[in-house]
Amino acid sequence: MAVTTAERPAPITTKRKKNAFSDGQGTLAAMLLSPTLLVLFLVAGIPIVMSVTESFFRVNGGVDPNTGLVNSGTSFVGLANFTDIFAHPATVAGVYGSMDRLINAFLNTTLFTVLCVVLETILGVSMALIMTKAFRGRGLVRASILVPWAIPTIVSAMMWKLIFNTSGVANKVLGFSANPILWLADNKYSQMAIIAADVWKTAPFIGLLTLAGLQTIPSEVYEAAKVDGANAWQTFVRITLPMVKPALVVAVLFRTLDTLRMFDLPYGMIGPNKYSVETLSMFAYQEMMQTRYGTAAAYSIVLFFYIVLVAFLFVRLLGADVVGDEELKAINAQRKRLHALHNKQQKASAKRRTTITSGSAAS
Amino acid sequence: MARKNKLARLTLSVLSATAILATAACGSSGTAGSTASASSDEWSKTGPINYVQGKDTSGYVQGILDKWNALHADQKVTLVELSDSADEQRAAMIKNAESKGASNYDVLSVDVVWTAEFAANGYLAQLPTTLDTSGYLKAAVDAATYFNKLYAFPATSDGALLYYRKDLLDAAGLKVPTTWADMKTACAKIKTTNPTIDCYGGQFQKYEGLTCNFAEMVNSAGGAFLAADGTPTVNTDKAVAGVQWAVDAFKDGTIPKAALTWKEEESRTAFQNGNLVFLRNWPYVYTLAQKTDGSSKVVDKFGVAPIPGLNGPGVSTLGGHNMGVSKYSQNKGTALAFLKWYNSAENQKANLLANSSAPTWTALYTDADLTSKFAYLPVLKASIDGAQSRPKAVKYGDVTLAIQDAAYNALNGTTAPKAAMDDLQTKLTALVK
Repeated sequence: MAVTTAERPAPITTKRKKNAFSDGQGTLAAMLLSPTLLVLFLVAGIPIVMSVTESFFRVNGGVDPNTGLVNSGTSFVGLANFTDIFAHPATVAGVYGSMDRLINAFLNTTLFTVLCVVLETILGVSMALIMTKAFRGRGLVRASILVPWAIPTIVSAMMWKLIFNTSGVANKVLGFSANPILWLADNKYSQMAIIAADVWKTAPFIGLLTLAGLQTIPSEVYEAAKVDGANAWQTFVRITLPMVKPALVVAVLFRTLDTLRMFDLPYGMIGPNKYSVETLSMFAYQEMMQTRYGTAAAYSIVLFFYIVLVAFLFVRLLGADVVGDEELKAINAQRKRLHALHNKQQKASAKRRTTITSGSAAS
Repeated sequence: MARKNKLARLTLSVLSATAILATAACGSSGTAGSTASASSDEWSKTGPINYVQGKDTSGYVQGILDKWNALHADQKVTLVELSDSADEQRAAMIKNAESKGASNYDVLSVDVVWTAEFAANGYLAQLPTTLDTSGYLKAAVDAATYFNKLYAFPATSDGALLYYRKDLLDAAGLKVPTTWADMKTACAKIKTTNPTIDCYGGQFQKYEGLTCNFAEMVNSAGGAFLAADGTPTVNTDKAVAGVQWAVDAFKDGTIPKAALTWKEEESRTAFQNGNLVFLRNWPYVYTLAQKTDGSSKVVDKFGVAPIPGLNGPGVSTLGGHNMGVSKYSQNKGTALAFLKWYNSAENQKANLLANSSAPTWTALYTDADLTSKFAYLPVLKASIDGAQSRPKAVKYGDVTLAIQDAAYNALNGTTAPKAAMDDLQTKLTALVK
């Protein structure tokens, strides 16, 4: 009893500051933001809600045996478009053996994302390290490294298609002219071809963003390291990497999200319905082309949640600072402090409560 | 306190999302489709119309429309060019139909394999029974027919030809082969003097061309995809024998491994560069392989013949385009008159001269003007006369993919022919029922 009265003043003080964001200008902020939110709702909210709706429906299908006409219209099927991969798997033979086409596409998407992003990061950072050095012809090197990034994806897909042709450059350079590798068929080599083309095309993007990060590192830090006798590796690991990390993480995050929805490179270079390179967005597109809008929407939603999850993990684990807003950071710091304070208070009160309960249990 | 607030907000947003979802759900449930047949007075309405087809690369179509427009000032036809890609043309036409004619497409140029799908879904109007198709190629008319009703008019046709190196066969003292076995022995003989040359090529990349080539293997061995009553029959001994031949041909090098990545153009290039003795391809190759600008190394060194089979001449796959009238066309009278006029003998002759498109008007194949210019016409006529349509399935996209999956797995050696065809039989049974 005594405890409750002792605690009563505490909620009153926290009530005044229940929300770290609220500083009495909430209404004004809402008014100022509403046009943007309205536009966002129109261009992002409504389409998402509509495709979620679509994913619960399915075209009736079925042919009238006398006239040959299709029973048109759609019917509500609940979550069947999502659960059918388990209930009625459409098995295909990809690189990983026989499995459902959606799972195969999911594995391809993941494989491409992991391999491409890792290779692109290594290459991109190396490119940035070269580009940042002062040497004769630096402008030319910077421009030429960026050329692949400037070429439209579908054009580079056609280019790499020529390179990986059976009698193309790739087989000649690698020495497979006599017994050519069929890069453009549908096998594990097709996957390698896609990865090579994607890395070539987008490593410059990571290079460019890393270069921007590198140029913000003051030269004094390097001078100090030199004075302290740090070698090149130590300088790179202890100074360059940590200081370029904010820029690099954002670049890698963007590339990851981009690669997860990869479509035009495999579609243009290897072609549709090739299970070894079929990604989730390609599969959803194929379903759409077969006028099965319900499953197409369902698979797009699977991809959507996958991307959301990856983005979330990125921000949480690597601390990607996508927004880069100083004010927001300050607010977050403030909230953390409040949280810590709150925890402390709670701990204190809990301690008091335990003593009381043990006391009452004893009585 | 803050946590509780958050929970309330979350509940509210979920609830509102559900509400939107529920209202949207009411709107999108459709009604059962009505039949595609149009009443007779609909066929008398006249007025301006749109003719929709893929890109007009030669500029021929606009010329022929100008002719029509000069004759019919009040029923002008406007050309609507869609993408180069067949898939995108199909998607645009479906979009027009699903939106009840929002794009104002009247006359559609549809691939023979889409005809069944478009007819069954009611995208195309059933043409009046008074429309006369006599004088047109039987196989082509059949490809425009669905459930014994004419839904489109045959505009162009296509059949496979066997291109062979006349010079090499003559030098070895050989006749043009009519069976696969003859072809192989001919190659063996030619290879003794030309060790680097490959024997036979076709289109074995995984796309629609593979379906055509694979259908020819099955049909030329006496098999069939579908029986007369429409049930799949792809795992019969005859059908499997056809597939087995192709699989063996890949294994022993009769067909080069690289052919697994070939489409029409790659295989044409291989033949033109003198790397192949035999090539299965469409008639368009003839003019290009005869080009004297140095692009072809086989000018005047090749001939055409019907494609070979297991025990005699093979069965070609039928290609080509039909012209149909959209169910949502406002001026079906003009559409019908235009479609008849466009496919008249005179216009088809002009189209053949301009684009080398194979005509559907039978008499053109024996027209002296044309046979002197296109020496392959009599062979093509024989090819089309004996040709088989690909399955007339409403879900053709799924059917062709199932066929390509089976073909590709068998040809690259991952699945035994019999197993691949058993699998295909199961899939087709589910798809065409």
